[in-house]
Amino acid sequence: MDLAGKRVIIVGERDGVPGPAIEACVRSAGAEPVMVQTQCFV
Amino acid sequence: MSHPVVRDIRFFLAHTPGLVRHGSKPTREIHSNHSVWQDIQGSLRSFDEAAAYAPHQVLLGNMKPDGLNTAAAPWYENMLAEYSTSGPHGELVNEDQFHGLLKAADEFDLVLLEEGYAARVAAELRSHPRVTDEEIERIQGVPYSRIEERLTSREGAIPLLTRDGETIGLVQTDYVDDASLAPDILLENLAVKATATMALRSVLAESGTDPAGLQYVIGSGEEAIGDRYNRGGGNLAKTVAEAAACVNSTGSDVKAFCCAPVHAMVVGGSLVQSGVFPEVAVVGGCSLAKLGMKFRGHLAKEIPVMEDVLAGFAVLMGPDDGTSPVLRLDSVGRHTVGAGSVQQAIVEALVADPLDRLGLKFGDVAKYATEMHNPEITDTAGSGNVPRTNYRLIAALAAQRGEIEKGSESRDRFVEQHGMPGFSPTQGHVASAMPFMAHALDDLRAGDYQYSMFLAKGSLFLGRMTHMSDGESFILESNSGAG
Amino acid sequence: MVVLLGSPTPESAEVYARTVTEGDPSWVGPLAGIALGLPVFHVLEEEVKSQFDAAVYQEQVEIMESVLDTDDIIAAMKNVREAVGV
Repeated sequence: MDLAGKRVIIVGERDGVPGPAIEACVRSAGAEPVMVQTQCFV
Repeated sequence: MSHPVVRDIRFFLAHTPGLVRHGSKPTREIHSNHSVWQDIQGSLRSFDEAAAYAPHQVLLGNMKPDGLNTAAAPWYENMLAEYSTSGPHGELVNEDQFHGLLKAADEFDLVLLEEGYAARVAAELRSHPRVTDEEIERIQGVPYSRIEERLTSREGAIPLLTRDGETIGLVQTDYVDDASLAPDILLENLAVKATATMALRSVLAESGTDPAGLQYVIGSGEEAIGDRYNRGGGNLAKTVAEAAACVNSTGSDVKAFCCAPVHAMVVGGSLVQSGVFPEVAVVGGCSLAKLGMKFRGHLAKEIPVMEDVLAGFAVLMGPDDGTSPVLRLDSVGRHTVGAGSVQQAIVEALVADPLDRLGLKFGDVAKYATEMHNPEITDTAGSGNVPRTNYRLIAALAAQRGEIEKGSESRDRFVEQHGMPGFSPTQGHVASAMPFMAHALDDLRAGDYQYSMFLAKGSLFLGRMTHMSDGESFILESNSGAG
Repeated sequence: MVVLLGSPTPESAEVYARTVTEGDPSWVGPLAGIALGLPVFHVLEEEVKSQFDAAVYQEQVEIMESVLDTDDIIAAMKNVREAVGV
């Protein structure tokens, strides 16, 4: 699975890895974040 | 530099299984499938089960947090043989008493109780030292026919049920066209008022503080009061101050999601320190929306639906009295806009920066109070063990700085020594660091250790206005008596 | 289209992974019964991690490897992908 050029849906979590942190990684791989969410269950 | 002190704190808990249906998640799911309520109802705890639940006894001060390390688990299956509904740090009331307190908090005929039920509840509350005669007078009921008629004839009312499914009253709006005054929102806000008021009355009375001596009350809850023109405008703090007879006080609300109590403590401490308002209280009411939030996970595992408890707290702060633990204003850690949302950056801002400023090492803080969510509630629903994750993050940072060895063994030792098991109901802001404060005040007064740190994070992104997180922290230090 | 998760536990990772592949396993959300069949990974998995800029990953994510139960999360993700064939 090659990330470069792909559109990516990001479902982060506050107590895991938050959305914006994953977004930074995704951009560094040449992919395009199309949705960035961070969930919180407390 | 002298510092403000934290004099005392009390918690007020209400076991409200009948209100679980009004939590956000259950409300939505019951709306689309009515049989969901039967599933939830079959897994709700009795009052005795809630009282004998070890984490609640920790919150009431009848057991130390570390006692949970050796208490038989799962705690929901291993009820304590000895327990009490009150303790040095607070009290727990049953749902009937709480329905009475909702009516007592209601000045606009928003709550109607069935007359027989109201009479019984009023009789039960009459002997309670923190409920006023005026409030007992207010707990009047109406015939059941009127409740039935109101629920079926017009919009704008929701039923109040007990755990057994008996309809004992309702909550109604007086203006159906205002979404900000919908009955479920009014119920939520009355519950906040009732829990915060009872906590404030307790901390004032049990610390021997004259309510008239208080000058400022800061509300730190996540709930929002106001009408259609000022949704979330607040000010629950002044409402609570009035209800607790703090006649010389005013107040305001600090809004910052789950970390608002920590922000409020820092604001309150600054007001004390500056001399603007020397006697300050910080209060936080309950979070009714979170009742039953993880019921799906609990039902799937065939364990009790444990988000059935509402909690509020109240803290008293003042100028240095030579004995109470001091809030080190020079220790305040904050998550800045530029810090980003990375977990490491948040912990650096909240933990490492304050330690550096005070010239302390990670190990110098005896106990870290983080978000104290009870892992039995969260982990069983796939949300992980929140305090443990936070403690591991602190340990990882300590290892990065070479203050502890790298590796899971050293990490786990740090977590056990400087952390504790979570014991708070998942009540949002209430769970954020505050549950440990009563124990910390005891320990710091007894000279068990010198420093305890309180840190909390806030999920700003939930409001859809930013992707940012938030956080704030401070250190409590034992009072040297030097003034 | 790819889905990347930051879930803190194997259980929550599995729920999200199943939701975006075979449909919401709890049958309560809008994706109940809707099989999107999207490729899904956790941000801690080698397949995606190796494609990130190493310095960015280190700054943004790496510390969570030692905080979360990473091996179990990765195992849960592989199980879902194998089970649903994405």
